[in-house]
Amino acid sequence: MQVIFKTDYDQDINYMVNRGERIRILLALALALGAPLVVGGYFLSELSIFLVYILAGLGLMVLVGFTGMVSFGHAAFLGIGAYTNSVLLGYGVPFFITLPAGALLAGLIGAALGRAASKMHGFYMAIATLAFAIVVETGIGAWEHVTGGHMGLSVPSMAGLGLAINAGPMQYYLILAIVVFCIWGVANLMRSPTGRAFIAVRDSETSARSLGLNIARTRIMAFFISAMLTGLAGGLLSHLMFYLSPESFGVNESLKLLLMVIVGGLGTITGAIFGAVFVSILPNLISLLQGILPQSIAQTAGLEQFLFGAIIAGFIIFEPEGLYGRWRKLRLFLETFPYYKKATFTRQKKYLKTERFR
Amino acid sequence: MSELEVNNLVVAFGGVKAINDVSFSVDPGEIYAIIGPNGAGKSTIFNAISRIYTPKKGSIRFQGQELLEREAHEVVSAGIARTFQNIELFENATVLDNLLAGRASKVRTGALAEFFFTPRVRREEHEHRSKVEDILDLLDMQHHRYEKVADLSYGARKNVELARALCAEPRMLLLDEPASGLNPEETTDMSFWLKDIKEELGVTIVMVEHDMNLVGRIADRVLAIAGGEVLAVGSVAEVQSNPTVQAAYLGGAA
Repeated sequence: MQVIFKTDYDQDINYMVNRGERIRILLALALALGAPLVVGGYFLSELSIFLVYILAGLGLMVLVGFTGMVSFGHAAFLGIGAYTNSVLLGYGVPFFITLPAGALLAGLIGAALGRAASKMHGFYMAIATLAFAIVVETGIGAWEHVTGGHMGLSVPSMAGLGLAINAGPMQYYLILAIVVFCIWGVANLMRSPTGRAFIAVRDSETSARSLGLNIARTRIMAFFISAMLTGLAGGLLSHLMFYLSPESFGVNESLKLLLMVIVGGLGTITGAIFGAVFVSILPNLISLLQGILPQSIAQTAGLEQFLFGAIIAGFIIFEPEGLYGRWRKLRLFLETFPYYKKATFTRQKKYLKTERFR
Repeated sequence: MSELEVNNLVVAFGGVKAINDVSFSVDPGEIYAIIGPNGAGKSTIFNAISRIYTPKKGSIRFQGQELLEREAHEVVSAGIARTFQNIELFENATVLDNLLAGRASKVRTGALAEFFFTPRVRREEHEHRSKVEDILDLLDMQHHRYEKVADLSYGARKNVELARALCAEPRMLLLDEPASGLNPEETTDMSFWLKDIKEELGVTIVMVEHDMNLVGRIADRVLAIAGGEVLAVGSVAEVQSNPTVQAAYLGGAA
């Protein structure tokens, strides 16, 4: 177990002060950079999708994990980003404009939704976001002459100003760069006043307000950033899907994103990454499971959704801190080897909270 | 001139008048205690000052400015910070982050600069941090710096809340039962700190408190209320010997 002797405020501000952390992150980056040298084709595009899901999960994490607002409709922002990107590309706009345009549009619509939902909590917000997602899905389906409706829309290739980025290592590196940049940015936000404002609003609105935070503004800001990141992920995802249809951005997709942040571990950036790993592996696990189960169960419709729901419920009950929480416990177990005690992570009972004003 | 002037304040919930025509004024640099039996309206006065409730009538002037023209989140920039009766801390954050969050009203950077963590953001973070460290020193709680609030004892949480309010660099502190749930030793510490805050930082303190020992030790003046109305104002001894006050607490003929 490494104990750092702190002599400078920067040691509390900087990331990767810890040597082990530094090594792990550099290792992950090296792996990500070296991957295209080793693998290609199908596996590389799977890796790209995984990166895009990290970005989408990061967006949702800002909202659910950091600001404490649940969204059952984040796939809508994925859809807005994807469609804006593809439609604009179809008009010949270069991709380095269409991608940010999709992100920005998603962000603005997210801010509008945040404005409408800024006074809602828990259950009500879940329903509002769910309804929003259904409206967006239906809207995309109905706006046929632009989006192609339910017939689908084929995604033009990433091109602009004589520069074309086709599927393959180039595209993978572009996605990797964008994802790493966004992770860096969100990590920066979370160590600054805005990040602390999000956490303050999550943990106690009453005192956040008395400390001078405008609750509605903070929530709208969280919605904006969250939707923008997810919209950007949507734009990138469209190039990996080749063909868009409104159904790809339905409730199932929203549920998948939510599964990601909950299983990964709410309230941490690492949680979004762990969640993306899990969600990428899950379909393979399910098809593996289908091979083992008797035919009558394996072929039942809705098995996948059922497992999604069961996993979310299981994590909420048994490991609310998600895979990241598990990882922290495992590390502490190794670091303190014979002395690890289970009670370290047991929270004592909360002090009674009496009635509060909202 | 008095620091805080409350005039003819009426706070009503439907037909119930929780505060009925209350007026009082607090002088700069004094410790002003508000006492009264349960349901007297003490916390309601606080919530009206910090604009969580909107009064039906009356005015609340702080250093000459009308607070009723401000929103709840703008009260702190006028110079008033507060604590809560039921401890409203950010439980899943460390003590350090809680105190840094207390600096919210002093933040001058925007989200875009923070996304890129420009040198200016870093410089301001250092400024916030050194203010926070001053408060940690004042309240002698450096050892809790990196602890999660959820892991702290009740007494320590009380102190963190006081520290967080101080981080906003207020001119006046509203303390809602600072000593409730503290043991006698912790209460003694609290009384020393409150005196320090008053004398070293020059902060005016208005507190709601049931512990008459603490009130007797530090309060310069006491306001006694019951049923939303003022019973008496004066020094601790004066208020304690006031027959109306005694009747409100103990019952009997007034």
